[in-house]
Amino acid sequence: MPIKTSYLAKHVRTLKPSGIRKFFDATAGMTDVISLGVGEPDFVTPWNVREAAILSLEDGYTSYTANAGLLELREAIAKYVDDYYCVSYDPEHEVTVTVGASEAIDIALRAILDPGDEVLVVEPCFVSYAPLVTLAGGVPVIVESKKENDFKVQPEQLETAVTERTKAIMICSPNNPTGSMLSKIEMERIAEVAKKHDLLILSDEIYAELVYDELYTSFAAIDGMKDQTILVSGFSKDLAMTGWRLGFVCAPRDISQGMLKIHQYAIMCASTMAQHAGLEGLRNGRSDMADMRKSYRQRRNYIVQSLNEMGLPCYKPEGAFYTFPSIEATGMNSETFATRLLQEERVVVVPGNAFGDSGEGHVRCSYATSMSQLQEAMKRMRRFVDKL
Amino acid sequence: MSMKLTATEIEVAEILEKDARLTNDELAKMMNLSVDQIHQMVKKLEDEKVIVRYVSLVDWTKIDGHQGVTAMIDVKVTPKRDVGFNDVAERIYRHKEVKSVYLMSGTYDLSVQVEGQSVNEVAHFVSQKLSTIDGVISTTTHFVLKKFKHDGTVYDSDDRDKRIVVSP
Repeated sequence: MPIKTSYLAKHVRTLKPSGIRKFFDATAGMTDVISLGVGEPDFVTPWNVREAAILSLEDGYTSYTANAGLLELREAIAKYVDDYYCVSYDPEHEVTVTVGASEAIDIALRAILDPGDEVLVVEPCFVSYAPLVTLAGGVPVIVESKKENDFKVQPEQLETAVTERTKAIMICSPNNPTGSMLSKIEMERIAEVAKKHDLLILSDEIYAELVYDELYTSFAAIDGMKDQTILVSGFSKDLAMTGWRLGFVCAPRDISQGMLKIHQYAIMCASTMAQHAGLEGLRNGRSDMADMRKSYRQRRNYIVQSLNEMGLPCYKPEGAFYTFPSIEATGMNSETFATRLLQEERVVVVPGNAFGDSGEGHVRCSYATSMSQLQEAMKRMRRFVDKL
Repeated sequence: MSMKLTATEIEVAEILEKDARLTNDELAKMMNLSVDQIHQMVKKLEDEKVIVRYVSLVDWTKIDGHQGVTAMIDVKVTPKRDVGFNDVAERIYRHKEVKSVYLMSGTYDLSVQVEGQSVNEVAHFVSQKLSTIDGVISTTTHFVLKKFKHDGTVYDSDDRDKRIVVSP
């Protein structure tokens, strides 16, 4: 059958598919594969949280909720953000429950961008940021965080990239894929740039609970920044709820109400049973979070030291569950390294360039996998590096 | 008698309780300490009998001819002056068939777990050895039909990794 001229919109046709997909396909049919390529917890959602969803179904809570989400859940979110990040939001007008943090980022960008508005996207970062800016009609302007700065973007870099069209800065700390976390002082310096040029900070704080050495500071808690921050977070990482697709976004009232309009037309509301589960997680999930955090910290220490020992220098990440070792010493680029490692030793890592050009020379290794799997993966990677 | 340990020592004990086969080298990496520090720490835990023994959880029901039987026995006891329940507990736990002995609150005093090759063997132990101990008033024997979860571990759990192999 002849292929018709594509009905696809031009900007979708030119949208680059995620580089991660390729590696997913490459593993098809392979056995004995150990994956360090997974961007989600290896834990199953705590039982009390799963049970809350089951009970909600038994009780017949199968209809829509309010567009912004169950008020009870929004109140719990506001309380949580107030208790742990010391920022207070009005649950009725400034909190929206979303289908994962991904949707929150999408509606935030769609709510704030006029055609041609620029967004500073700090790379390496989660694969969706720049494409979502484009889909919202904006122009992503890439600012690269450098290895020599421990993958922390420097305020001067942002300053240089600002133009009259700049509307916002997108930041994820602790970061996927580098695990790097900005300190409070570093955030304050970035905030100065935002204040000077009247920019919004779109802060992806999905890994806020997975922080191992220092206390976490929310961008919204930086002095004077609440009115210029969109705080995105969710339940996926800290409560091991990735498949539930449950996130939230807190923002100043006018932005929040703007996002809600998009959310109500595009989504209606987040899944009702997931909302009931999330409520239980916020109320009674602290000890599970603490257990998981402790386990991740042990594994982080283990993998960082193991990678450094085998000659893949690795920054010690303060948060999330990723390490981002440099593979430059092997003389390979990140795709070749990842492809050969998969073929020769059956270990999956994600090439750093999947997270932006500045990720080249690195691979992302997730340590959200059991200690025994990690041990075996480190053994195989060491063998791989040794024989090069 | 209980003792104060540092948070790090407690964490090492927790890790080893879950997986006793981790080497000192691996533990050192996990805890960000030197191998020597870990060695000292584990030795202290062992010397102080905080870590009493390293064990494997074996599912004997998988081994033909070794399924065996387990019974939980509620034992009522007359406590003795000065030694209370200790004396009779000791008389019970000295038997190698006895796997555990706990002093309980509630309607009976000692909970005794006994393992044997057959129901007959356990019945014989209860009638001939246990119930004849001085101070034992009565016994109620419950045979275990199936072990679903033991010491925090689910036998035959579906713990396959259900995640997709690569995700952003």
